[in-house]
Amino acid sequence: MINYTENIRKISSDLLKSGKVDVVIGYKSGTLPGVNEPFLAKTPEDADKLVWDSQCRLNLANYLTHRKDKVGIVAKGCDSRNINTHIVERRISREQVTVIGVPCTGMTDKTRLKELAGGDILTLTEAGGKITVKTAKGEKTADKNDLLQDNCIRCLHRNPVINDIPAADPVPEVNTTRNNDAIEKIEAMSADERWAFFDDLLSGCTRCYACKNACPLCYCPTCFVDESRPQWVGKGDDPVDVRTYHTLRAFHCAGRCTDCGACEAACPMNIKVRLLTGKLEKSCYERFGWEAGMTSDVRPALDTFTTHDPEEFIK
Amino acid sequence: MTDFEPKIITFLCNWCSYGAADLAGVSRFQYPPNMRVVRVPCSGRISPKMILAALRKGADAVWVSGCHPGDCHYIEGNYYARRKFTLLKELLEYQGIEPGRLHFSWISSAEGVKFAQVANDVIAEVKKLGPAKHFIKKTPGEIAA
Ligand code: SF4
Ligand code: SF4
Repeated sequence: MINYTENIRKISSDLLKSGKVDVVIGYKSGTLPGVNEPFLAKTPEDADKLVWDSQCRLNLANYLTHRKDKVGIVAKGCDSRNINTHIVERRISREQVTVIGVPCTGMTDKTRLKELAGGDILTLTEAGGKITVKTAKGEKTADKNDLLQDNCIRCLHRNPVINDIPAADPVPEVNTTRNNDAIEKIEAMSADERWAFFDDLLSGCTRCYACKNACPLCYCPTCFVDESRPQWVGKGDDPVDVRTYHTLRAFHCAGRCTDCGACEAACPMNIKVRLLTGKLEKSCYERFGWEAGMTSDVRPALDTFTTHDPEEFIK
Repeated sequence: MTDFEPKIITFLCNWCSYGAADLAGVSRFQYPPNMRVVRVPCSGRISPKMILAALRKGADAVWVSGCHPGDCHYIEGNYYARRKFTLLKELLEYQGIEPGRLHFSWISSAEGVKFAQVANDVIAEVKKLGPAKHFIKKTPGEIAA
């Protein structure tokens, strides 16, 4: 991880010095241990604040939207696919971005970290595939691979798919087949069980919209949740409104979601919203053979069609 | 459940299925009055928001009908619609909505007979399911905009 950080700093400061980019979007250490925050480095000196470790959960493509300047951006596998999506959707032009690609070995899950620590984390260190957290009560160490986020466990593209300046050599991909276990478990339930399952899943949602704000795909000038004439979804915590919000939000990500997990990482209530986006990701793959963000020139699944798309359900 | 008369919100494309409904009427083909028709310019105009709004307000089912593939007035609107419906249907059923609550069809303006037939099929299927159970907003808080 140390040389990842050093490489990122070196590449970024070179890019900024040469004037090839005006800003590098990366991560810096956050105010709390175990949570890095997005950082815009604008000078070569700023570049020294950039870091890389397994706490870079947010998706930096989120900060590319509508930028007018030349941008360098640190990108793990999923971020790189969202950069592609941004290019296809014309949120940024290919010429404007220089991707500093980081071969990713997964991000730690914030809840798993908390469980490991068993209290407030005072310091977190990472070395040789192990994570050590210190609390007021003592120290605990675990394998990073046992602490990964759910989306990282099933990740198929750890290496950036768009990569101008690699920050390190590619890492081996750990998965070759799609793992939809979590979705299939729900599919196997009866309809009423499924309804109840999601009622329960979403019951803690406070409609804070952190999931939507963390998502690089949510850039509409006026989100449907703020529309008032007509009002498509009520504002409160009525379970049907909450369900409507989550259904529509997931649908807006259909064919575009790269399963980066930023939504779940951002949720203060630990709601597994990926169980909705994941179903659509699965459907897109099964129905249209589509995987989001793999290239920067193909329109996403719902923005294209073939004349022979499946339609067995249409009378 | 024999006296249950479902309310079915029916989105009909102006250029085909709406005409078919008209033709069915003019030709006096019989189908029960369970449909509440909303005329739309194209099946591609249908947003999931509209389908959810119908369910939230208590519809027992939603039926969307547009032009046959290749016949869209706007050339390709129904092709996009087909993909949208595929995913929406799967997402809603995944959450526990019964398959019989969502119906889609392609009916041209000449197919008055098919319109009456599909209408009868949809009504029969929804009657079998009984009144909608899920996705209905029960609190009175939501004032009509
Ligand atoms: S919905 Fe979640 S997982 Fe999908 S792209 Fe957005 S933040 Fe990432
Ligand atoms: S971040 Fe969590 S609590 Fe906030 S709106 Fe999303 S699911 Fe609900």
